[in-house]
Amino acid sequence: MAKTKAELLNEETTQTQLEEMREKINAKKARRIDSRPFAEISSFKIKSRSRIKKRVNRSKGGDIALFIFLSICGILSILPLILIVNNAFKPLDEIFRFPPTIFVRNPTLNNFADLGVVLGTSLVPFSRYLFNTILVTVLGTFGHVFVASMCAYVLAKYRVPGSLFINGLIVYSLMFPGSVTATPHYIILNSLGLIDTYWSIILPVMAGSLGLYLMRQFMVGVPMEYIESAKLDGASDLKIYWSIVMPIVKPAWVTLIILDFQSLWGTYGSTTIYREDYKMLSYAINQIATAGVARTGTLNAVSLIMITVPIAVFIFSQSNVMDTMAQSGMK
Amino acid sequence: MEKDIRQENKPNFSKRFSEWREKRRLKMDLWSRKKPFRRKMYLNRELYVMMFPYLLLFTTFTVIPVLMSLGLSFTDFNLLEWPPGWVGWENYLNLFLEDPIFITALKNTLIIAVIVGPGGYLLSFVFAWLINELPRYLRAVVTFVFYAPALTGAISIWRLIFFSDYYGWANSLLMKLQIIREPITWLKDPQYILPIVILVQLWMSLGVNFLAIIGGLKTVNKELYEAGAIDGVKNRWQELWFITLPSIKDQLLFSAVIQIANTLGVGAVTTALCGFPSVQYAGHTIVNHLTDYTSTRFELGYASAIATLLFLASIGLNSLIRKMIRKVGS
Repeated sequence: MAKTKAELLNEETTQTQLEEMREKINAKKARRIDSRPFAEISSFKIKSRSRIKKRVNRSKGGDIALFIFLSICGILSILPLILIVNNAFKPLDEIFRFPPTIFVRNPTLNNFADLGVVLGTSLVPFSRYLFNTILVTVLGTFGHVFVASMCAYVLAKYRVPGSLFINGLIVYSLMFPGSVTATPHYIILNSLGLIDTYWSIILPVMAGSLGLYLMRQFMVGVPMEYIESAKLDGASDLKIYWSIVMPIVKPAWVTLIILDFQSLWGTYGSTTIYREDYKMLSYAINQIATAGVARTGTLNAVSLIMITVPIAVFIFSQSNVMDTMAQSGMK
Repeated sequence: MEKDIRQENKPNFSKRFSEWREKRRLKMDLWSRKKPFRRKMYLNRELYVMMFPYLLLFTTFTVIPVLMSLGLSFTDFNLLEWPPGWVGWENYLNLFLEDPIFITALKNTLIIAVIVGPGGYLLSFVFAWLINELPRYLRAVVTFVFYAPALTGAISIWRLIFFSDYYGWANSLLMKLQIIREPITWLKDPQYILPIVILVQLWMSLGVNFLAIIGGLKTVNKELYEAGAIDGVKNRWQELWFITLPSIKDQLLFSAVIQIANTLGVGAVTTALCGFPSVQYAGHTIVNHLTDYTSTRFELGYASAIATLLFLASIGLNSLIRKMIRKVGS
């Protein structure tokens, strides 16, 4: 049943009229109640029930101005993403067109085909690079989640000798940029004989402290009663951690997976890995990119492929990320 | 019959092992009773076992490296000669007295830190605050939109914008508007390099700290605003200062910590945009200087001195900022 515009308008006006009337009645009620004790509280209740007064302290002009500001900045920050997606499907003549265009006019898959040709001729098969990156990403992510959450459980829920000291160390380790420890990392990895292995990328990521910190902050919120009652039933701490606490803190480890995934997926690993068949996907791709102008189309296709994965992971887990970040507060 | 006897005679390893373990446990138990601290450690042994893997990694890759770079900063270690010679404070003295490039890097990093630090932090907060007003699904979309630069790390777009010939977007726009006559070599001109780096860094600053503030804002109790309206909060700004900011103080602190580490760690953007080293070291930061001495010159002693200074600066700045944020809303 399609309604005419007039009918719709009519309905709207009656709606607003109804609401206005409701408002008036509420205001009357509020005035009547005012003389009673606890007047403020009862009038507040009525206020919160009425629909118009739901958003307090908002002016319409301010809302509109903020909306415009937000959309301009939003366009600026989404622009590269749009451009990457469009560029990947542009034929060569459109890529080099002047003035440059944002949206693609004659979409083509040539760039992806070219990429296939380039990869087909590489010395180490492309699938090997892909395998390397996937292996490192999966191992590093799950290793980190497992190791860090186990430690976070103890730090969040118990106070054993030394735990305060460890907590302090972890907060301090969040404070400095990673490049401070870059040189010693190499020396340590070298003395452990891990240069030119996957471990040289995986282990430093597993030692990351941001993940542990987020896990700990989230686990602090888990009620101690759960843990105590499980203890009375005879469960060990490892069992409690795995089958009670971990399901509750799902948002935290999902977030951790995303953060690790992002950093590992784009990792170069070029400072610790020198063997060609152990190198990572983004390193190989960067080599394609440096070949010059002729490879621009291929490069565009590659950029699209590289950003798709982290974006997909982020979109699917956004609500979990937000829940975790809500707990990230530092006292 | 024979088979049974053999089985009995055969040492049952798992049984013997559990017996040995039990014995050992009793021994440890007795030993631990001698001192209360020891007893505490013993009773919590399962917890220590759970913490052990991470702590081992953390010690190896965070604690030891920091101490190592502190120690190496007093030597002339260069990866080849062993043992390295002790040079005392010479590295630090050289840094400040005989290395003009380091002074440039320090100056650049300070300029970037002063603008991008508070600027990026403010941007993160403002956008998170505005996004928080939106309805739920739109909020998810807008969050993604603003997080996209940090997520994709697509710096290449900026190279396109600031390309040095007519084809660069900035150049073509300015020439069309007849503001300039000849294309500017943006990324090769010392005059423009630093501002561009700052701009790009600001654009990328909506990262984990931004997500933290959004998460924090979601937890603010809505009834507080209604109560505030009754108590005489008149507009957005008062609401912000008296209700919102104090409620998310903890997230603000976390966000600041991350922001400081990011700001002092600026370096990758310079390399990606202007190459390494940038023209006349115009975009050279401390991290660039560190990379230079680590992976090009292999003067690791000297590099460690830079790393140690960076470490001390981060910790110092952090304690300062933490003190300031604790005062918000009071």
